Amino acid sequence: MQSKPVALTVLDVLSVIALGVATYFALIFAPTEITMGQVQRVFYFHVGTAWVGMVGFMLAAVTGVIYLATKNMKWDRVSVAAVEVSTMFFFITIVLGSIWARPAWNTWWTWDPRLTTAAVTELIYIAYFMLRAGIEDPEKRARFGAVYTLLGGISVPITFMVIRLFRTIHPVVIGNESAAAQGGFSMAPTMVTAMLIGFAAFTIIFIDLMWHRIRLGGLQEKVEQLKLKVSV
Amino acid sequence: MASYPDTSGYMIAGFIVSFLTMGLYVLSVYIRNKNLRSDLEMLESMDKPEKK
Repeated sequence: MQSKPVALTVLDVLSVIALGVATYFALIFAPTEITMGQVQRVFYFHVGTAWVGMVGFMLAAVTGVIYLATKNMKWDRVSVAAVEVSTMFFFITIVLGSIWARPAWNTWWTWDPRLTTAAVTELIYIAYFMLRAGIEDPEKRARFGAVYTLLGGISVPITFMVIRLFRTIHPVVIGNESAAAQGGFSMAPTMVTAMLIGFAAFTIIFIDLMWHRIRLGGLQEKVEQLKLKVSV
Repeated sequence: MASYPDTSGYMIAGFIVSFLTMGLYVLSVYIRNKNLRSDLEMLESMDKPEKK
């Protein structure tokens, strides 16, 4: 196993700083929203984690296609890393949305189009790991995984667009929202700054975690190969 | 001075869940890495020809 690159250590430090800065901007810098109060502050983490979650799922689909074209296992490792890290971030998105919904909509959960498509997306990617766990042959596992991420990737644009295409109570931050939307708010310039800081911070953290997970995948592969060699 | 609805509890819960989830994920990567390293060490020692 190669020793940890200096750039990764630098990225680790940057990630911790970025998380601290994003928390400061969400909790202190951003003003308190008048109708929802303090709970609106989770919005900055909600959109930041949703952003990296969706980007990661799309990245997994793209690297899945590259794997199918090249049959190079490194793309499978990138794909797995993207799905795992994004599933974790998307879980945070959904939980934060639910926590925000309780005071805003007076319910923890409702089968609104956005909430439903987001939950389905999360379940699709949880099932991805169940599929992989059931296949022993590494090449077959990578091939099936690649096709799965490609098909699963369809759920991402659907989840993103659903609040713009259907009548939904979920507010739209960028663009025109449905007349049925509840809990929306007009963004003050300081709120926009906090949101952009959140996007940047979670992007840095995402890249850092991806890098660690890709390295872990490499180590897993090495152990698997050595196990086969020793058993022969 | 403007009065806001008291939703601080929800906000605190939200940030706790966020940090806890990220922390647990980082811990899981660390533990898996540690276990794989010890597996690799053991397998490499098994793979080496025995010296008499």
